Amino acid sequence: MTNIPETGRTPRVQIRLVVIQILVLSLLGTLGGRLWYLQIREGAEYQKEASGNHVQQVVDPAVRGDILDARGVPLADNETRLVVSASRTDLLKQSDGGKAVLAKLAGVLGMKPADVMQKVRLCDAKTPQPCWNGSPYQPIPITDEATAKQALQIRERSEDFPGVTAEPEAVRRYPGPGKSNSAQVLGYLSPVTDSEIQKAKDTDSPYLRSDMVGRSGLERQYDKVLRGKAGVTRYEVDNLGRVIGKAKSDAAESGSNLVTSIDSRVQRVAEYELDKAMKIARQQYDKITGENYKADSGAVVVMEAKTGRIVAMASAPTYDPNVWVGGISAKDYKALTGKDSDYPLLNRAIQGQAAPGSTFKVVSTAAAVQAGYPWDGGYPCTSSYSVGGQVFKNFEGESFGAISLGRALEVSCDTVFYGLADKEWKRDGGINPKKGEPKDWFFKTAHQFGLGKETGVDLPNEVTGRVPDREWKQAYWKANKNAWCKSGKKDGTYVEKIAYENCLEGNKMREGDEINYSIGQGDTLVTPIQEAVIYGAVANGGTKYQPTIGKAIISADGRTVTPIKPKKTGKLPVSQATLKGMNDAFAGVITRGTAAWKFGGWPQDKIALHGKTGTAEVYGKQTTSWLATYSKDYTVIMTIAQAGTGSGASGEAVRNIYSALYGVQGDGSVDKKKALLPEPQKGLPKVRTDGTIVNPKVTGDPAKDVEASQKDNTTNGDDQQDPATTPPPTTGNRDTRRKPRKRGSRRMPA
Amino acid sequence: MTGANGFSVSGYGPERAGWTRILSRDSLARRLDWPILLAATALSLLGSLLVYSATRNRTELNQGDPYFFLLRHLMNLGIGIALMIGTIWLGHRALRNAVPILYGLSVLLALVVLTPLGATINGQRNWLVIGGFSLQPAEFLKVTIILGMAMLLATRVDAGDKPFPDHRTVFQSLCLAAVPILILLLMPDLGSVLAMVAIILGVLLASGASNRWVFGLLITGVIGCVAIWQLHILDEYQINRFAAFANPDLDPAGVGYNTNQARIAIGSGGLTGAGLFHGSQTTGQFVPEQQTDFVFTVAGEELGFVGAGLIILLLGVVLWRACRIARDSTELYGTTVAAGIVAWFAFQAFENIGMTLGIMPVTGLPLPFVSYGGSSMFAVWVAIGLLQSIKVQRPMSA
Repeated sequence: MTNIPETGRTPRVQIRLVVIQILVLSLLGTLGGRLWYLQIREGAEYQKEASGNHVQQVVDPAVRGDILDARGVPLADNETRLVVSASRTDLLKQSDGGKAVLAKLAGVLGMKPADVMQKVRLCDAKTPQPCWNGSPYQPIPITDEATAKQALQIRERSEDFPGVTAEPEAVRRYPGPGKSNSAQVLGYLSPVTDSEIQKAKDTDSPYLRSDMVGRSGLERQYDKVLRGKAGVTRYEVDNLGRVIGKAKSDAAESGSNLVTSIDSRVQRVAEYELDKAMKIARQQYDKITGENYKADSGAVVVMEAKTGRIVAMASAPTYDPNVWVGGISAKDYKALTGKDSDYPLLNRAIQGQAAPGSTFKVVSTAAAVQAGYPWDGGYPCTSSYSVGGQVFKNFEGESFGAISLGRALEVSCDTVFYGLADKEWKRDGGINPKKGEPKDWFFKTAHQFGLGKETGVDLPNEVTGRVPDREWKQAYWKANKNAWCKSGKKDGTYVEKIAYENCLEGNKMREGDEINYSIGQGDTLVTPIQEAVIYGAVANGGTKYQPTIGKAIISADGRTVTPIKPKKTGKLPVSQATLKGMNDAFAGVITRGTAAWKFGGWPQDKIALHGKTGTAEVYGKQTTSWLATYSKDYTVIMTIAQAGTGSGASGEAVRNIYSALYGVQGDGSVDKKKALLPEPQKGLPKVRTDGTIVNPKVTGDPAKDVEASQKDNTTNGDDQQDPATTPPPTTGNRDTRRKPRKRGSRRMPA
Repeated sequence: MTGANGFSVSGYGPERAGWTRILSRDSLARRLDWPILLAATALSLLGSLLVYSATRNRTELNQGDPYFFLLRHLMNLGIGIALMIGTIWLGHRALRNAVPILYGLSVLLALVVLTPLGATINGQRNWLVIGGFSLQPAEFLKVTIILGMAMLLATRVDAGDKPFPDHRTVFQSLCLAAVPILILLLMPDLGSVLAMVAIILGVLLASGASNRWVFGLLITGVIGCVAIWQLHILDEYQINRFAAFANPDLDPAGVGYNTNQARIAIGSGGLTGAGLFHGSQTTGQFVPEQQTDFVFTVAGEELGFVGAGLIILLLGVVLWRACRIARDSTELYGTTVAAGIVAWFAFQAFENIGMTLGIMPVTGLPLPFVSYGGSSMFAVWVAIGLLQSIKVQRPMSA
């Protein structure tokens, strides 16, 4: 047994075998370690990847809810159209990047090849519209107006059109009932972007690649309820995309319908009258600038005074909201947003702000009463008011002697308010007020009236307006003093002088600032919707409401109705006695004051109207016209930029809107049958059992009907040359229009 | 050798009758290495489940019969076990005499593959299809190369002439190995070439050949690789394919895809896996070649860390026991053969599992016992037979 050497056991071999053994074990150890790393440490990550791997989503898009007017007439709904779309992924697989296919497609659709190419390129910083800002993996709509024949051509020759589909799809439509438009109120949709998808990924309402998102107006404000929830069925698929099982399925939930307080007929009347008023204004000669009024933009708000619900809201210039449907063309987009455009996308009722002119006196009057000045005190209405060498003139130098606050409001006497503001300025300590707060009644009251902040109307991007109080002046001076001090010269041009003054004491409340402010000139800015809230509150006894357009949300099946209730935001800081005085004054404006020449023959005993005109100066431009009015139930605010005086520019238009609401005929009689809305719409439209909403047909053009009914009205109508029963004042009207101030506006040219 | 029961070996202990004989201390059954046998059987059976899971839905492969691959795998296992029994019965020493014939036969088979009779599967011409059966001669070459080299290297040492194989013998053995490697390179079957190299290294190490040979071989290999890389002998895409295991983006549609999907499958398994037949990656057939080269991903996904770890553990048992057998063998021939088998199994297991885990390049090597494939199954079970034979015949030298 021992004579045969155990050759396998020589030490060298043994050592090497141990080395092999250690090597083998360490290899296995490496595998174990790596396995642990992949499965235990990074396991969750890979699990996520695996589920993304084998799950395919099939999206069943939700039908977007309709936007309806107060009677159920659809302002925005959906229609089925033949949509031709192209898939970028498939196009890029072509050797020429799909150019030939697109050119061929353009031929079939009767479009220019270049236009088609533009539609499928992706948006980036350097690419202007039109371009696709949705997901590059989603089919891009080329047109939604394909004819059945075109669709058939594409489908039958699908091998010629790789990546191109022609399918019927629900497409947003803005039917514009009764020729109404409501473009800025409704807003528009555009495809969801990648970043939005990422952002909304983990919220309760995530976006799908195919979603369209509301970009402005009601479409944006109520996007979540209108959009509904797309149905998603998740299929487990194998590596070739074959379905091997259904993982999860959520049925599509159609978006809810939004009932608004808009009455499409009144809306039409408002839009038509605004447009007409602007056209007429452009034919009027402006003596101050020596040319016709430009009347380049305007807005109307018709609001229920007792609830804050918006019945009509029009903004001019306007556009056709249907241009957005199916992707906007380059030309259209430029016309809407380009530098040369008049920015029709802006809703000037909530995004346009201007100095309020004399319509601001409602605030100044309340401020005076708050500051302790008696209503019936005799306030001198002189022809001018001088302060330290500066002369602030009354309009056309008229004088009324000592009058009450109510009378001052009615005749719009500037000097009364100059005097009151000046007194208050002095009481507050003049240019350098003592420590301890100046009372600032005039500014405080403006804030109490809701100025300088959003009204909270249910539309996006409302602007705040501005109350030029001490805080604002300080902040504004801080932001601009460097520029002022650099360009300002003591003995330079007008602009340089102003800059010099501003540099020295622009942070302080100067005497002239407060005097100017008291009649709504200078740096004060308000929006039409703010005026609507204020005058609505005066009409309803002092309650401010948050304006609302949405009235109720009705689920697609009609079973769930969620009313949107009017919300009070506070009370005006005025007593009932003061309100009564104001009411009388504002009624006087209509019957014998600055607006009387436009409201001759109005059945004031049946339908009492109240109003206040305003004409605001804008540095370097023509004056902004304001007309703020209210009846028992409604507030109507109209403003037109660069259009002269409030009554002159908007008198007929506002009168016609009231005529339409109440059915007032040209001869002053009231025909209730023709009244569009003699009382605010109380209930909601009826809902059928299948969830559809009953709506009356709107035929014809309500605006033309109103116009026809006003034929007999001698003070009204298209023809300005009609003899007026109340002759207009020699220059426009008796308003707050003053001679150009010697000191000019404190605002610097933009 | 009495052929009475095929398990007993004559000249060893008194003959007993019946099952007591089997259980007796010296019986063949008692002397067999049971851990290695049980581990190998467990791996093969586990493999059958994984193969079934990977193929039951692949109608394009299984001809509509979900059990097609399962049954074939079990059949292969049966044949493999029979081959093992045959090998034990013959004994590795008897096979030693047959080595020239076996070597010649397997080289001949490999050469036939290069003729039009060979079949190309997955870009590699390494299949031989005979009457519905497909063979991979490369698998048999691994066994015969081990036997052939061991025979050359150990004969004179075992005869007591020399303490270690001399340079001439080593050179001869390398020439013996070079012929099949050249054939494999022509196929080209890179994976098998690498396995061969590992086997040669293992055999040389265990034979006690001079360090110079071992290191010389290693250095030649390294220089060769660097040369291939630096002299741009391979196209860039080939290098990318090779390197895609580390960075799947280098070959996203090819190897990178495999790597990626394999990693996702294994990673998603977590601790206990999705459950047998419940892996979505497996059911969805996202991992190509999942019943053969990528069978480990099925274990990773469906059985998780526990199941996949068990496979590594069982392979560890096989390798550990094989190392013991190599160390315990009293003759260099047995030691060298066992060490060659250790090198073979270890390299192939590490390479195969490593590529599914993304730490080794992707090559077409099966996982011993687990992967579907007849040739591989037969070869590894013959190897188990050789190991058993070395173990039971250990005292033969007495």
